[in-house]
Amino acid sequence: MAQGHPAADQASTTPRPAPSPAHAAAAAAERARASVPQREEMTGAQSLIRSLEAAGVDTVFGIPGGAILPAYDPLMDSTQLRHILVRHEQGAGHAAQGYAQTSGKVGVCMATSGPGATNLVTPIADANMDSVPLVAITGQVGASFIGTDAFQEADIVGITMPVSKHNFLVTDPADIPRVVAEAFHIARTGRPGPVLVDVAKSALQSRTVFEWPTDIHLPGYHPVTKPHSKQIREAAKLLATARRPVLYVGGGAIRSGAADVLRKLVDLSGAPVVTTLMARGAVPDSHPQNLGMPGMHGTVPAVAALQRADLVVSLGARFDDRVTGKLSSFAPGAAIIHADIDPAEIGKNRAVDVPIVGDLRETISELVPALADEHAKNGLPDLAGWWATIDDWRETYPLGYAPTADGLLSPQHVIQTLGEMAGPEAVYVAGVGQHQMWAAQFIRYERPAAWLNSGGLGTMGYSIPAAMGAKVGDPDREVWAIDGDGCFQMTNQELATCTINDIPIKVALINNSSLGMVRQWQTLFYDERYSNTDLHTGHGTARVPDFVKLADAYGCVGLRVEHASDVEATIKKAREINDQPVLIDFNVSRDAMVWPMVAAGVSNDDIQYAQGISPAWDRED
Amino acid sequence: MTRHTLAVLLENKPGALTRVAALFARRSFNIHSLAVGPTEHEGISRMTIVVDVDELPLEQVTKQLNKLINVIKIVELDDESSVQRELLLVKVKAEAGTRSAVLEVVELFRAHVVDVAVDAVTIEATGNPGKLRALLAALEPYGVREIVKSGAIGIGRGSRSITDRALDRVSRSA
Repeated sequence: MAQGHPAADQASTTPRPAPSPAHAAAAAAERARASVPQREEMTGAQSLIRSLEAAGVDTVFGIPGGAILPAYDPLMDSTQLRHILVRHEQGAGHAAQGYAQTSGKVGVCMATSGPGATNLVTPIADANMDSVPLVAITGQVGASFIGTDAFQEADIVGITMPVSKHNFLVTDPADIPRVVAEAFHIARTGRPGPVLVDVAKSALQSRTVFEWPTDIHLPGYHPVTKPHSKQIREAAKLLATARRPVLYVGGGAIRSGAADVLRKLVDLSGAPVVTTLMARGAVPDSHPQNLGMPGMHGTVPAVAALQRADLVVSLGARFDDRVTGKLSSFAPGAAIIHADIDPAEIGKNRAVDVPIVGDLRETISELVPALADEHAKNGLPDLAGWWATIDDWRETYPLGYAPTADGLLSPQHVIQTLGEMAGPEAVYVAGVGQHQMWAAQFIRYERPAAWLNSGGLGTMGYSIPAAMGAKVGDPDREVWAIDGDGCFQMTNQELATCTINDIPIKVALINNSSLGMVRQWQTLFYDERYSNTDLHTGHGTARVPDFVKLADAYGCVGLRVEHASDVEATIKKAREINDQPVLIDFNVSRDAMVWPMVAAGVSNDDIQYAQGISPAWDRED
Repeated sequence: MTRHTLAVLLENKPGALTRVAALFARRSFNIHSLAVGPTEHEGISRMTIVVDVDELPLEQVTKQLNKLINVIKIVELDDESSVQRELLLVKVKAEAGTRSAVLEVVELFRAHVVDVAVDAVTIEATGNPGKLRALLAALEPYGVREIVKSGAIGIGRGSRSITDRALDRVSRSA
C-alpha cells in the first residue's frame, strides 16, 4: 500500500459517494492536466502550485499572508486551481471539509504562518475526529528564522501533531513535490484524515527543480484494506445464528462508499439497523429495517435494540461515548463483531469477539456472500420474535415532539418541514447543538453525503463554511445550512465569501435566542439557572444582531418567520432564489428540548422518551 | 499493572521522537523509560520504551504507535527471549576510610571507576534493572551524591534481526 500513483491521487480508486456527472467530467479533465512535464526549474512557490495541480486539486480555500505570499503569486496564474478567498482561516478549513464530503476528493485549505495557521487548528482537529480527507498548506517563517520567535511564527507542526493524521515541515524546496504527493496519499487512503504541510517562506522563494514523484515510499504506512477471510466467515456464522442481531453502522460506511453493498447486507440479514450521527443516510431512512440514530439523542427503538441485542455488528463505527452511554452497561448481552479500517478502534472501548480490519466496502462485499452461504447451509434465522419486540417499541415510542407552550415556532416542525420540502437530494449541513440533533432526527436521509455535521469534535460554527464548501463540491445540489443562532455568530462572515464568489447556499437559522443545548442542560441539571446562555437575538429581544439585516448587509436575501403559517411559504420562496445566498431567520421557542435523551454518564437503559417519561422495559421482556 | 518493553523502529525524521513521546502523554500511557539511538541502517532509529501498563491497554499502545506514519515496526521484548541493559553513572563519597570498601563493591558488581576525586569516585555500571538496583543499595551506606541512568535498551536473543525483517518489508513495498 505504500506504493501509490500520485498523479492519479484525486482520481481515487476507492469508491466514493456518487458524484454528479459534472464531477466525473471535471475529474477526467484533471487527470489530463495532471500529465505535466516531469522536470522543470522554477521557484519553490511555483513548485508548490504545480504539485497541487499534479495532485489533481481544483479548489483551494484560503487567505494569503506574509509567509505564504510567494505561493499566491503563481496561484494567480494557475488555470486549474480556483482559489476561494475566505474571511477567516477556520472557514477555509471547514469549507475544505464540506467540499471533500460532497465531491469525494481531498479538501484543500491554505493559510499563512502564525495566526493563520493556528486558526486552522479547529477544522484540522474536526477533520481528524470525523475522518475527513484534508490537506492544509501553511506558510512558515524563513528557515533561518525558525525557532527565534520571529514575527508570525508558530510551531504549527508541533501544535497539530496530536490532532492530525500526519504533518510535514518543508525547508528544502526540492522536497515540495514529494511531500505534497505523500500528504494527499496519506489524507485519502486508509482511515482518511487531515495532513498539514508547513512550508518555510525561504523554501518558497528559492530556485528548485520541480519533479513529480513516480511512486510513494512510506515504509511505516501500510493501511490494511483487505479483510481476513477467516474473520469474515466467523462473522457470517455469528450473524446467521443470532436471535437478536443489530447492525450498528457508523461514518466509515460513508467514507468507504459502502452504501450500496451495505444495502445488500441489510436486506440479506434481515437484521435491524441503526445509523449513527455520522452515518445518517448510509442506509435510507425509508428502509423498514432502519431504526434511526442510536445514542444520547437516539430513537428509543435504536437505543433499546442495542441494549437487548445478542449480537452487535459494528460497521465503521467506534463505540463513541455518545452512542454507548455508560460503557459498562452498553449492550450487555451482545457478542461484538467490529469491522473498521483502523485497527486501533477495535477493542479500544469495547472488547470484541470477531475483529475485522479492512476497508468497509471490501469487508461488506465479502460478508454478503459468506452470509448467503451460511443461510444456504443452515436456513434463514428466525427474527420474527425480535422484530415483534422492536415493532412494539417503534409503535409505542416514535420520534415526536410536543407543541410549544409560548406560542413561538416549534423548531422540530421547522426542520421537519424543511426536510420534506427540500427532499432527499438536497445536502443538509448542521452546526452543533439542539438544531443539529433535530436535523439528525427529523430529516429523512436517503443517501450518503446528504448529511454533514461535526460529530466527533462538536465544533460550533461548522455549518456555514462547510455548507459553502459542500456547494462548491457539488454545485448542482441544493445546499441547506441548518444553523443555530449561537453557531451562526461564530462563522457567519463566510456569507460574504458566498455572495462574492457566487456560492448560493441557503441558511435555515433555528433562532431560539440562546445557546440552546447548554440551556437544555441548565433546565434539566442546573435547576433552571440560565448562566450565560441568553443571546438576545430572538423574538421579543433587542435582536443584536438582527439576522435579516445582517443577511442583507452580506448581499444575501434575508427572510424572517415567526408564525407556523409562514413556514412553508417562506421555505418555498427561499428555494426559488438561486442566484444569491438566502437566510431564513426562524424565531423558535427557546423552551423546546431534544428528546429522547440519555443523560451523560448513565446507562442507555435509563433513556427518557420525553422529560420524566422512561420506557417500561419489563412490559416487553 | 505490569512492565512491558517495546522495541520500536522508526524513520529517522525530524519530530519522530516527539510524535512517539506525545502520543504516550495524550493517551495517558505511562512511560517508565525511553531510550533512542541509531541502528545499523541509515535512516532508521530504534527506541526501547518501557511502559507500565496492563495487557489490554498495551494493545492500544502498540496500535496507536503503529498509526504513526514514521513508525515502521514494533516488537515486544519479553524477559526470557531478550537481553536488556541499562547504563548507570553514580558518584559516591569515598574518603580515605571508606575508599577500599567502595572499590570492593565496584569489583563485586563488575562495575568500573571512571573518575576519581579526593573524596569521591564515579562508577560506571551496566546491567539489568535488578543488578543496578542492588549495586545502588550496596553503595547507599557510603553516601550516594549523584545518579544518572539511561533508559533500558533491549535486543532479542538468537540470530534473527528485527531490523532486517523490517527493511525487507520496506524494500518490497518500494
